Amino acid sequence: MFEYAPAPESRSIVDIKPSYGLFVNGEWVDSEVRDKTVNPANEEVLAEVAWATESEVDGAVRAARAAYENVWSKMPGRERAKYLFRIARIIQERGRELAVLESLDNGKPIRESRDVDVPLVAAHFFYYAGWADKLGYAGFGDDPRPLGVAGQVIPWNFPLLMLAWKIAPALACGNTVVLKPAETTPLTALVFAEICQEAELPPGVVNIVTGAGETGHALVSHPGVDKVAFTGSTEVGRAIARAVAGTRKKLTLELGGKAANIVFEDAPIDQAVEGIVNGIFFNQGHVCCAGSRLLVQESMYDEVLAALKRRMALLRVGDPLDKNTDIGAINSAAQLERIRTLSEIGSEEGASRWSPPCELPDRGFWFAPTIFTGVTQAHRIAREEIFGPVLSVLTFRTPAEAVEKANNTPYGLSAGVWTDKGSRILWMADRLRAGVVWANTFNKFDPTSPFGGYKESGYGREGGRHGLEAYLDV
Amino acid sequence: MTATATSAALADIGRSDATLRAFLHGLPGVDQVGAEQRAAMLATRSIKTTAKAWAIDLAIRMVDLTTLEGADTPGKVRALSAKARRPDPADPSCPAVAALCVYPSMVPVAAPELAGSGVHLASVATAFPSGQAPLDVKLADTKAAVAAGADEIDMVINRGAFLAGRYQEVYDEIVAVKDACGGAHLKVILETGELATYDNVRRASWLAMLAGGDFVKTSTGKVPVAATLPVTLVMLEAVRDFRAASGRQVGVKPAGGIRTTKDAIKYLVVVNETAGEDWLHPDWFRFGASTLLNDLLMQRTKLKTGRYSGPDYFTVD
Amino acid sequence: MTSSRLAVRKTYKLFIGGKFPRSESGRSYLVQDANVALASRKDVRDAVVAARAAVKGWSGTTAYNRGQILYRAAEMLEGRREQFVALGEPEAEVDAAIDRWVWYAGWSDKIAQVYGNANPVAGPYFNLSSPEPTGVVGVVAPPESPLLGLVSVVAPAIVTGNTVVVLAAEERPLAAVTLAEVLATSDLPGGVVNILTGKPAETAPWLAAHMDVNALDLAGVRDAALATSLEEAAAENLKRVLRPPATPVDWAADPGTGRMTAFLETKTVWHPKGT
Repeated sequence: MFEYAPAPESRSIVDIKPSYGLFVNGEWVDSEVRDKTVNPANEEVLAEVAWATESEVDGAVRAARAAYENVWSKMPGRERAKYLFRIARIIQERGRELAVLESLDNGKPIRESRDVDVPLVAAHFFYYAGWADKLGYAGFGDDPRPLGVAGQVIPWNFPLLMLAWKIAPALACGNTVVLKPAETTPLTALVFAEICQEAELPPGVVNIVTGAGETGHALVSHPGVDKVAFTGSTEVGRAIARAVAGTRKKLTLELGGKAANIVFEDAPIDQAVEGIVNGIFFNQGHVCCAGSRLLVQESMYDEVLAALKRRMALLRVGDPLDKNTDIGAINSAAQLERIRTLSEIGSEEGASRWSPPCELPDRGFWFAPTIFTGVTQAHRIAREEIFGPVLSVLTFRTPAEAVEKANNTPYGLSAGVWTDKGSRILWMADRLRAGVVWANTFNKFDPTSPFGGYKESGYGREGGRHGLEAYLDV
Repeated sequence: MTATATSAALADIGRSDATLRAFLHGLPGVDQVGAEQRAAMLATRSIKTTAKAWAIDLAIRMVDLTTLEGADTPGKVRALSAKARRPDPADPSCPAVAALCVYPSMVPVAAPELAGSGVHLASVATAFPSGQAPLDVKLADTKAAVAAGADEIDMVINRGAFLAGRYQEVYDEIVAVKDACGGAHLKVILETGELATYDNVRRASWLAMLAGGDFVKTSTGKVPVAATLPVTLVMLEAVRDFRAASGRQVGVKPAGGIRTTKDAIKYLVVVNETAGEDWLHPDWFRFGASTLLNDLLMQRTKLKTGRYSGPDYFTVD
Repeated sequence: MTSSRLAVRKTYKLFIGGKFPRSESGRSYLVQDANVALASRKDVRDAVVAARAAVKGWSGTTAYNRGQILYRAAEMLEGRREQFVALGEPEAEVDAAIDRWVWYAGWSDKIAQVYGNANPVAGPYFNLSSPEPTGVVGVVAPPESPLLGLVSVVAPAIVTGNTVVVLAAEERPLAAVTLAEVLATSDLPGGVVNILTGKPAETAPWLAAHMDVNALDLAGVRDAALATSLEEAAAENLKRVLRPPATPVDWAADPGTGRMTAFLETKTVWHPKGT
């Protein structure tokens, strides 16, 4: 037996303060209301964090407004660009620290925060930095104008990456921002505030207000906000869409998904299995575009399922800071409860549940990688977003049936297609109602590549040239 | 289908070019980018402390210590034989390597040196490295090596025939060489650098296994692209699937270009997470290498002593 | 001209699925000296069903073909120019409406080139973003410009492959019904454009709340409270909403691409590049 010895990444590289305030107008501001953020892998308290009240949110929006009017909107694009380049460089320099901190606060494996999240964060700032002085060439008119103050609310699944997706394009286009990180994962956003200071970004251009739903509500409904950007659940997205109705606020939403990952009988099977695993178990399945519905062509069902189970048995679940961990901790007790509840419903509705043998730590929030077979479109686990490491396996017979089943959902964020036949890929890609179609790959992200959904998965795109539109008055 | 029933069906595949083509082209494709990403991900595994010590000793036991130079002499081969038996003279706990790998002309020199040591004697044969010789010459080459004491034969396939789609020709040649080997183990060198695509690597692996090869081996070490992690990954998938289909286990040998302990451990991780632990044994996985051994010894010493070692402390045969 | 011949009057009906039904409610209202169908919520329902049924075929039609059909609409409109003038539409607006069809017809096979692009991702992948139609778009037509305004909101939505359910201007619906006759003779498949006359304030909420409508164009909503409630209703299934214009629109001005891109989704396709 090749037992990999523990290979923990050192956490000494991060220096977590016992307590954090709000980052407003370039300074740290104390707040009366506070709460704790914990390490989901062992329930250890990491720090105390402010929860911004309505008046504190108001202060942040005012700071952003002043910075917008006095500094940032007047600054030439090439100067804005240099600030963003500077931020990108500091992120690279502090990459290991950010990765460790992200894994501590979120529970995701260090391999992922180190190799995926943080490099993409830096890349995102680099990419949008370059746009700041080239907006006239982006296809939105000769001199497109910013919107003003952007209120941005981000989720806990990719805390720093979602921050980058929000802040980089907003700043490049000349907006200032007030960003609210998720209440369970505020720490990397707070270090990002330090990075803004280190980069000498003018005060008020970036403001970070930590807190929970009420803070977010105060932010998106603040009359001084010109633009609202939200990533999170469809339910909250709907509420925000209602809240901004009748205003002139521009809104973009990146919401839930229930993506089909479609495997044809002529697929490159070993890579398809990797894609299935990556599709649903990457980041503990806390991914809005996760391939949570596996659609396998019936003629290949046994082979694919056997290969998938064999592969799942190799997944290493445990300490997020261990460099060999594939699946980390579930982000919170509440999320764990949701995953458990939906999984139990799956069993009750008659689907067969399977997990590889896998020892879970005693403390912290953990859920073994799980698949359900015998699932039909009528099962709740085939319709509702579980947002955890739980895969529903369904079958299909023909390409048309695969499309019909894939599209038979109110969501439309992503889809996967696995086949060696090129013309079939293009035929499928044309018909899948999803904002991202991964053919013979899955869960790939790049700052140049627009991301966002159809239907109830939201509207607007983040990333790429298209991502500029959300932050320009066009 | 049971393994034996499949076995009979598999044996039938070799009866014609058409059946071979139908079978080999019916294997699932390999997506290059996906395969390379899987290999790259596995290469990020961090193997430390006890796991590393275990892996280093296993890697030493898997080395086919190789010298395949025009300049090989009996003196060189004798020295290498000694090294194969006792890689680290200063440390009796250091295991011997799996085999010594030489040209057929050197087999008579190595055989007495290795007798009774448990170290296998491998010989390349079949007009290594190009394979461009008549079949009877290749068979004579093989038989001579076995007669002189080689218990493992590393043959090369006819890449020209393979790339031209003459699968039956390649198949028949492997069958004939296997027959000429008698009791010796047959490693079939695919020369993956010349096959160019992973689809070809997968097909050639199956072809070699169907024809009776005991091992599939990546490379001669004589063309620019030798063993790579993703090529080895694809071959490991092939032996895994072949065992599932036929019940027969076939070994894998990456050769050429594996020079460091770090590299060797990456290969072991790929073995572990692709074919599985059944292959983590010198009977089923080998490294065709020469300089790798000294790096393994250096790292082994470092782990034991806690300080970095230097090349002066290891033999340079 | 004096004639003893009795004129044949036109019955102004709805336009749903390529047909001209009366309102299922049997109601009509007197406007512009004519009896015009007063659409009900069930007509909205039927129109959405027709529009949804038409999505697959229309969005699957080649861009070239869609362009030809829109150009055909311009041809037909040119031929009926006088009818619109007789309905009280200023000649300049009728001409502009004809030209607007021509403008959008030409966009059919260009918008994907202008609004889509290849993305140079940092890896061995083909990556292409292309616009696709959103689906069924509910439109409240501008009341102040019954022909040009109507064409200016319908043409950009359908040229990219969407289908529409349009609520015509309440006070001046005849141009809309006559335009339906133009469209019915333009090779436009039934259901791509559905036009409901009547009171948008009554029907728009049904359209906004309909879960099988993907987007909402509030171009013609002039009541802020109504606009807000429609936008709120639209949130239920995350409809894309184009809000009423903040300032009065000059429908004769260069329309730009905004009314097309408002009802487009961007689909990004990845594929590895390898041998």
